[in-house]
Amino acid sequence: MEEINLDPVATDFYKVSDFVAGILESLDCPAKIQTKMDIAIDEIFGNIVKYSGAKSISVRAGAESSGIFSLSFIDDGKPYNPLNAPTPSINADFEDRPIGGLGIFIVKKTVDDVFYEYKDGHNYLTIKKKL
Amino acid sequence: MEIKSTKNGTELTVCPIGRLETVTAPDLQAFIEENISGVTDLTFDLKELKYLSSAGLRVLMSAQKIMNKQGEMRLCNVNEDIMDILDMTGLTDVFEIEE
Repeated sequence: MEEINLDPVATDFYKVSDFVAGILESLDCPAKIQTKMDIAIDEIFGNIVKYSGAKSISVRAGAESSGIFSLSFIDDGKPYNPLNAPTPSINADFEDRPIGGLGIFIVKKTVDDVFYEYKDGHNYLTIKKKL
Repeated sequence: MEIKSTKNGTELTVCPIGRLETVTAPDLQAFIEENISGVTDLTFDLKELKYLSSAGLRVLMSAQKIMNKQGEMRLCNVNEDIMDILDMTGLTDVFEIEE
């Protein structure tokens, strides 16, 4: 696993994106999966920056055995489990649909597994994707 | 983000370039808010857009809600990665998507 430390600013998304892209390229990951991971990173990192009040964020990434790519976001903000967010009603009449609430839903649809845990004063959100 | 646009009377074509995510979506939102008044025909030409996240979807959805009151809106040159996101969020039937 490799790790990068970040500031809770929106533009640090690009640091995470470049960090993960470098690892995925070294694993010969197809461009389509890299794009999907970039979107998931934006959803997760953007939420942490906007809502958690975290002072520091770190990201760990790497391949596990059997070709599973693992990416963890660790922040010292308020405890928050995004997996408990309500599922958006994507079939509702458009005029009644809120324009938000789609982020974590997209993450769940995009990756193979999402895990959340709060321990030692930190949120740990891990996503896994088969390469 | 860089945004190209052309206006012809009340027809506006907007071409966002690059990635439409948390950092860049506010630029597009601001552009739309400044330029949508009086527009009856709005086209988002996505030929130079690599992908979008939910932050980008919010911009498109809010533009659609405005255009439902004042005219028509469509998306064109939607790539496969963008279509995947529209599909998983139930938006392929909400937006008019030109082949």
